[in-house]
Amino acid sequence: MERTFSAFGAGLLFGLGLLVSGMADPGKVLAFLDVTGRWDASLVLVMAGAVAVSAAGTLLARRRGRPLLASRLEIPTRRDIDPRLVGGAAIFGLGWALVGLCPGPALTLLTVAPAQAATFVAAMVAGMLLVGLLMPTAEDADASKRSRAGP
Amino acid sequence: MDGFTPVSALLGGMMIGTAAALLLILNGRIAGISGIIGGLIGRPSGETGWRAAFLAGLVLAPLLYRLAGSLPAVTVDASVPRLAVAGLLVGFGARLGSGCTSGHGVCGLGRLSPRSLVATGTFMAVAILTVLVARHLAGA
Repeated sequence: MERTFSAFGAGLLFGLGLLVSGMADPGKVLAFLDVTGRWDASLVLVMAGAVAVSAAGTLLARRRGRPLLASRLEIPTRRDIDPRLVGGAAIFGLGWALVGLCPGPALTLLTVAPAQAATFVAAMVAGMLLVGLLMPTAEDADASKRSRAGP
Repeated sequence: MDGFTPVSALLGGMMIGTAAALLLILNGRIAGISGIIGGLIGRPSGETGWRAAFLAGLVLAPLLYRLAGSLPAVTVDASVPRLAVAGLLVGFGARLGSGCTSGHGVCGLGRLSPRSLVATGTFMAVAILTVLVARHLAGA
């Protein structure tokens, strides 16, 4: 139960941060990506502030070893650069730049610009499901075999 | 340079970083939005409670913000087909590339993950190039 509350609080703070920083405004995101136009550098500072605090949090979490409300830290350990990573990031960048929306801000805008955000989020969820259908990882394939075979 | 808002940008960024730090220190989890959504759809992982709660917080944040003052102006200048295509690409790309602006950008860069450095560099470069083509070369 505590873990649900703490996650809700973290989500709330994350969303407030998106609103305060301007990251939730697609117009501002596009102005940041428009380096040869009337460039708005604000998002450099958003990223700098976010990464600095997140880095401090990671150090603290690793030093403690065990999270306060869970049994262990779940931090990705892979270090290999594969085509899925680079291709996925490139496709993500293309989609991000078409409207100026990425997953977090799209969810936060659901209550601000409902029609547009809902269209984007529905398509985004469809895109995520498509990856599982068209290009499943070995892990996904195992899981789906298991679920078809029943418990 | 237009509309430069350094104070709110830095403050808001630090709030985002604090949220990511809290989720890691308390729950031991990475605040990667696409990963959290991904864990809720497709195969159920039995870890749906905290994921749904985090996303609910994200969605409800504007309502809390409104208690303190009026919401900042938001410009979503895109047609429905453009929103749909963009959403599809963002969802597909984030899932395929194991992360988005939050997971790779905020959390991954924060722990100097080589995969996140490459992913963030790639999506930033492609996004900047896309805006350059769409706004200045194609005139769209």
